[in-house]
Formats: sequence, structure tokens, C-alpha cells
Amino acid sequence: MPFIPHTEEDITEMLTSIGAKTIEELFDEIPKELLSDELTGVPVGLSEMEITRLMLDRAGKDGFYHNFIGAGAYEHHIPAAVWQITTRGEFYSSYTPYQAEASQGTLQLLYEYQSMMASLTGMDVSNASMYDGATALAEAALMAVRSHKTSRRILIPQTVHPVYRQVVRAIVSNQKIEVVELPFCTECGQILPESLAKSNHEDFAALVIPQPNFFGVLEQVDALTDWAHSKNAFAIGVVNPTALALLTPPGEWGSKGADIAVGEGQPLGIPLSSGGPYFGFMACKSDLVRQMPGRIIGRTTDLDNKEGFVLTLQAREQHIRRSKATSNICTNQGLMVTAATIYMSLIGPEGLRRIAAQSHANTLDLVDQLEKIKGVKRIFSGPLFHEAALILPAPVAEVLSKLKQKGILGGLDLHPYYPELGNTLLVCATETKTAADLQNYAETLKHALS
Amino acid sequence: MLIFEHSRKGRRNYSQSPATTASKSQIPQNLLRKSPVLLPEVSEMDTVRHYTRLSQKNFSIDTEFYPLGSCTMKYNPRACNSLAMLPQFLSRHPLAPEDTGQGFLACLYELQEILKSVTGMAGVSLTPMAGAQGELIGVMMIRAYHESRGDFARTEIIVPDAAHGTNPATAVMCGFKVVEIATDKDGNVDLNALKAAVGPQTAGLMLTNPSTLGVFEKNVAEMSRVVHQAGGLLYYDGANLNAVLGKVKPGDMGFDVIHINLHKTFSTPHGGGGPGSAPVGVAERLLPFMPIPIVTKEGDAYRWVTEKDKPQSIGRLSAHMGNAGVLLRAYIYVRLLGMDGMHRISEFATLNANYLMAELRKAGFEIAYPNRRASHEFIVTLKDIKDKTGVTAMNLAKRLLDKGYHAPTTYFPLLVPECLLIEPAETESKETLDAFVKSMKEILQEIEQQPDMVKGAPHTMPVRKLDDVKAARELDLAWKSPA
Repeated sequence: MPFIPHTEEDITEMLTSIGAKTIEELFDEIPKELLSDELTGVPVGLSEMEITRLMLDRAGKDGFYHNFIGAGAYEHHIPAAVWQITTRGEFYSSYTPYQAEASQGTLQLLYEYQSMMASLTGMDVSNASMYDGATALAEAALMAVRSHKTSRRILIPQTVHPVYRQVVRAIVSNQKIEVVELPFCTECGQILPESLAKSNHEDFAALVIPQPNFFGVLEQVDALTDWAHSKNAFAIGVVNPTALALLTPPGEWGSKGADIAVGEGQPLGIPLSSGGPYFGFMACKSDLVRQMPGRIIGRTTDLDNKEGFVLTLQAREQHIRRSKATSNICTNQGLMVTAATIYMSLIGPEGLRRIAAQSHANTLDLVDQLEKIKGVKRIFSGPLFHEAALILPAPVAEVLSKLKQKGILGGLDLHPYYPELGNTLLVCATETKTAADLQNYAETLKHALS
Repeated sequence: MLIFEHSRKGRRNYSQSPATTASKSQIPQNLLRKSPVLLPEVSEMDTVRHYTRLSQKNFSIDTEFYPLGSCTMKYNPRACNSLAMLPQFLSRHPLAPEDTGQGFLACLYELQEILKSVTGMAGVSLTPMAGAQGELIGVMMIRAYHESRGDFARTEIIVPDAAHGTNPATAVMCGFKVVEIATDKDGNVDLNALKAAVGPQTAGLMLTNPSTLGVFEKNVAEMSRVVHQAGGLLYYDGANLNAVLGKVKPGDMGFDVIHINLHKTFSTPHGGGGPGSAPVGVAERLLPFMPIPIVTKEGDAYRWVTEKDKPQSIGRLSAHMGNAGVLLRAYIYVRLLGMDGMHRISEFATLNANYLMAELRKAGFEIAYPNRRASHEFIVTLKDIKDKTGVTAMNLAKRLLDKGYHAPTTYFPLLVPECLLIEPAETESKETLDAFVKSMKEILQEIEQQPDMVKGAPHTMPVRKLDDVKAARELDLAWKSPA
């Protein structure tokens, strides 16, 4: 019996102790009419050898490609040690650290993670993570509305990831919170602070500010943050953690800094793996910490005055406050955060800066080469980080299909998300791409368009 | 020692990031970072040693028995991890075309079908990233269903007082008012209280069955009739599905929507608190409202079901496809178990729980519901012991750590005083259970002879009892560089 250690002798002895004749008898409190027939929809069990063959076959079908898609999930090199340590049984198979004394490993690691993320985002405190970037943004919106107290409206620019906007809408609409989308400048690909200044938006709890935005363009974060604050609203930054090695962190935007920073943690050592598991990060200024959802770890001392770590501020949480909790969230994405913490330790401040700089430079190089192809041009004039939106002289879906035949996933077709932008492709080149990769992409695209 | 305290300025790992800093840059000066990033500057060996040592300060299933009630801490088979981490799966971008992910999509499609079969539901969506998110999505579908019928008067969700805290928190997050109903002396939901609570304002009832008291709700069919007659829907919290897998299908009990904790019943790792995964299953009438994406099969090809196919969907609740890698692990697990493995899970989980309950009763512990069968878990109450000796359930829990066992769930459910909720999963052997009983007996003796020693537990952990009050009052949530 797979994963069940009982021998016939064990079963007999155990039933005798219980005073039952059969295992079936242990289910005698379940009304007979509810008992199921055989599970015909489940295939018979496989051996480990058989499932290995099956999964190798399935993985083989998916193959390997040169990936130039970004759009919220980014290919970065992951040092070998990251997942070798992360999948140690003591991290992999442990539970939420409710028993602090038996969970000091996970708790200290989470405290270190919180410290790293607080510094990276320029904030005072970070929680121990959310499900992903999109849900972290939704929770930040809820947090802003709770803290604001008078307005139930959130402003989200259309330069924020379109799926993030969908997720935010799905989650906050349950609480009758209104989401207002802000248009962007179609020439520069940014939200223009001057057009916001002219707008009549007055009553709102928060402005969401992406950096870089979904098009890879850098927003004028200082002016946007100050504008939100001038309207007595919170500023929520949605940021790429790799980019923060080079860019002003949200905590330092404008004159007072953004109030909440969230984002997708995947670039920090998490493989692309078809979309998950990733983790969302959330950090904020210290005066908002009691409104923050999710697990938070604090440093304290034990009976001998020795340093130790515990889950703290649990009075915000569902297992204590039930219907009055800040969120229904129970878990964080613990194992992903384990990987991210080890990643950040291995890479260090200089490594992260080099990864960000190389990704930026590679994307600039790729754009330069692609713009030499007739009819290919950047659609937006705003400065970019490691992603660019390009107009193609042909329908993007057809072009991508040709690139795929040459083993290249050439980027994301923006048409389904922004039909008004025409034949626009979103392309990304991180530090994993070599000069030869970039040249190969340019030549293949040129050929596909000819 | 924190990783930051190992840091030395200028130390770094040269082979894991680009050899030089690219000089080409288009970032405007005013957007450039001026403050340093406080990441540690340590060698690869420092990092590996530091985190290996930290891991050794954890209890885990791989190292200790973990009878944590309502959490189903079963063994996580190694094959599930190694095969889900095949390089093609890891390197696949979530927005890559469907035809470059047919192997991955096939696994997800088959997992949906298997979960439909074992739960008796008409449809399954794999997107929820944890139990609490499964609940949120389930309750959102209940709301969408009522509203689609023009019924906006249903503003209440009924929750038994024994429910997980996530149930009432979820209902509120969905904009509902929570109505709590009581439990009777045998651990069943009070049927009369339920009958009194339902009405045209009832959106639904959230129920865990077997309940968190470790017993099967015998009246579930009657409860289902009561709620449905009032026009409400039934939500099944699948936290305890492990107890009845292959025996009873939530669909047959009358539930309209369920979530399944893959990190419990289907053995995906708990990972120190996530990632979880909690697919939702729905009855026929909720099919139009399911969250996307879902995988469908057309001929031999698999593709995503999107907004276009399901215009009434409650939408997307994750940026991509939920916790995709966790889904692969669950898929591998169900294929290893197969048809017969399903009901064996609940049979041996139930055998282990009832055996442990019988042995602990013989050892002198008071069982909270002594006249009931245990499901896959049961409750010991230390009320008498606390009254006589002052030793609490938490003291005993901490003393168990000293004996090399993770503590059972303490002080949950809230309605049993000084409770320990004990769940020995099916993967534990009789010898492990016997050794646990022996340790519990020793602690009983210690409580009589040296109550203060027990109250001061734990004594052998990396730290002694930690000061929670200080942690909350003098908040220290991030390391700061000593200036």
C-alpha cells in the first residue's frame, strides 16, 4: 500500500484495542445512503518507475525555448544552492510556525526576509508574503481603504498589469470598493502627472503607481506620489524587485515616500514554472503595520533573555479575530520566501545591481537591433527598464508563431489586452540572454517579417 | 546569528551574477536609487551553512511525528517533488503558447477530472492558491449565483461555532454578515439553531465535515435540506476531506461548492506555511461562475478556458494559473495512489486516529467526545488537569516538543476548553503512535510530580519559552544596520 506502513498484524492489534472488528466499522456513523461506490474516474495506481516515465514524457512534450516573454514573470539565473537548500525536508515539510520554539529556522529566515524586503522597498516593515503580486495589490487596496476610513475608491492606471487589474476588481468589488482606471499617455506610455493635476479626482483612498509599468516604461513616481498625498490619499507602489537595485525605492518616492509597496517576488529566485507557485511581497510604513494583512514575524527574547523569533501582531489575523480579521489569509508562500531569501543572500547587493543593469542593457541592445528592421519601432517614448513595447508591421500573433517554429518565444502579443495599440509586441531580455541570443532573435524576426 | 551579521563589506559570489556591470543605461538620473540595499555580503558557503543550520532548528514531517489536528501532516513523497521540478516544467513561461505546454496542461486536465470524480462535483477549477482563497472564491460564486437570479436580499452566511477562523473571515471579506450557530453536546451542529437561522436572507452555510471536533455530522443530509429549502447554498470546507476520501463524496452530501486543500489531503508540502493550493469544485448550477483559467480538452489538444468561454465567471484571482507547481505535485501523488489508494487514505487515517484515541483514553486522558467515533482526528481536553494542577494544554504541547514530537493543535476549536486536537495521518506506523502514547503517559506523571517543570517547557529546544507580549509591544520586525 503506497505510503501506508501498516502490516496485517498491526491492523489486527489496533482494531482489537479500539474494540472494532473491521476498519469499515469505524465509519459506522456515516449514514449508509451517503457511502460512495467505486471511484471509477480515478485510474489505477502507478509505480514510481511508471509515473517517472509518464512525467518525463509529458515534460519532453513541453520542450525548451529561448524565452523573451516577461509581462510579470521574468527569467533570471537561479543559483544551484537556492533550491537545494529550500527543498531540504526541514523547510519543505514543516508547518506554519505556530510552535515558535520548534520553528526557529523558518521564523528567523522570515525575519531576515522581512528585513531584506523592507530595505529593498525603502519601507519600515514587510510582512512574510502574500500569494502573488496580483493578490498582494488587491490586499494593498483593501488595506488602504481600511486605513483611509472615508473613501472607498481606488485609482488604478491602465499601465498596471491588466490581469492585476482584473484580480483587484474581483477581490475588492466584494466589499463595494470602486476601482477607477486612469488612461495613459499613448505617446510616452506613462501616466502624466500634469493630466492628473487637471483631473477632477478628489475622493479616493489610494493611487496605484507601477514602477516599471506593464509596458516596461518608468513612471514619474515622485510627482504621482506627491499628487496622491496632496489629495489625502495613500500611494501604493507596484514594483519589480530586481529593478529596485537600480531605481528609487517606493519608500523614497516624492517628498514623503509611498505608503505601501507590493509586487511579484518571482524574479528573486523562483522558476517561471508555468505561473506558480510564486509569492507576492508587501511592505509599508510603520504607522500602517496594524492594518497589514498576513503573517508578520517579530524578534523577541526567551526566558533566558536569549534572542528568538515569533509570529506577532496576531490579533489582526483570522485564527484570532475570525470575522474581524484584516484579511482571511492564513498561509503565506513560505517555501517561495525561503528560496527568495537564500537567493538574495547569495546574490548580495552588488549581484542584484549587476543583474538589473545587465537586464536593462540587454533590453536596450535588443531594441536597438530590432528597430533596425523595417517597420519595427518602439511605440512609447518613455524610458524603459527591461521590457519594451514594439510596433510590428504585421499581426503579432502570426509573427510569434513563425518565431516559435525557430525555437523562440518572442514576447507577448498585446492585442488581446490593448486592442487600441494595434500590432504591438511586449518583449523582454534579462541577464540570461547573451549577445548571440539577441542577434539570433533580431535575425529571426527580420526573416519572419520579410 | 542573523545572515546580516555574517556580512563583510566587499565579499561576494562571483559566478552567480554578471561578471561586469553593464554601462549602457537609459534610466533618468532622478529615478536612480541613492540609498544602499541592505542585502548581506556573504560567500556561497556562508549562505549554505547559515540556512542549513537554520533548517536544523525546525521540526518537520521529515524529522518528527506531527500530530497537528486539522492540518493533515502526512508524508510528502519525494517523487512528487523531483518530477514536478523537471527542467521543462520549471522553465516554461506562464504566458507561453498552449501548444508549448501540452504536457503540463494534460496533467492539470487529468487532475481536474480526478478531483471531480472523488468529490462528486460537476466542475473543478484549480486556480485557488490556498484554502482561504478557495473559500473566498467559493463564497464569491455563491454571491454570483444569487445575484444572477436577481436575488440581492441574501446577505448572511451561516457558520458553525466550531469552524476554522478563515470561514467567518472569508464571509466578511465577501461582504456578507456572519451568523454563528451553536454545536450540541455530541459535537453536531444544533439543527434547531440552524432551522431558526435560515431564511430569505441566507446566502449559504459553510460546513466542515467531518467537523473540526473530529466527528462526522450525522445530520448533514437534513442540514442540506433545511438550507436548500430556504434558498441558500451549501459550502463544503474540505479541510478534513482526508477523513472520508473515497468513502463519501461532498457532492452526494448535497454540497454546491467545495474547496480541497491539496496541501492536506493530496500531500503537497506545507513548506513552513505555504504555498498551499485549494481547487474548488462546483455543482451543475454554479458551473457558469467558476474562476478562470480552467483547462479543457478539444480532440487531443488541451487549452485554457477564458473569459470568452465563461462570460459569467467571477474572474481571475491569481496572475497566472494558481500555484501551478503544487498542482503538478498533487497530480503525481494521485497517480501514485490510484483508485484504491484513495479510500485507503481515509481508512488508515481513521484507524490511526481511533487507535490513538483508544490508547490515550486508556492512559488516562479525557476525550472531549468519548461516545463518538473519531474521524481522522479527535480532541483531548485538559480542563480537569488544569483545574487540579494549573498545567495547561499549551504547557503539555511545549513539553511534547522536548520529547521529540510536534505539538497537536492547541486551543482550537475554541469551544472545547484546554483542548488538544490530535491528527495522526495515515502515513504514521503503529510504533510511532505507541511511542507517542508512551511520551504522553510520561508527561501525565511529570504533571503530577513536577508540574513546574512542565509549565516551564520547552527545555531542549534552540530557545526556551519566547516572550510574545514583548514581541508585540516592542515591535522589531526588520534588522537595521548598526550605524
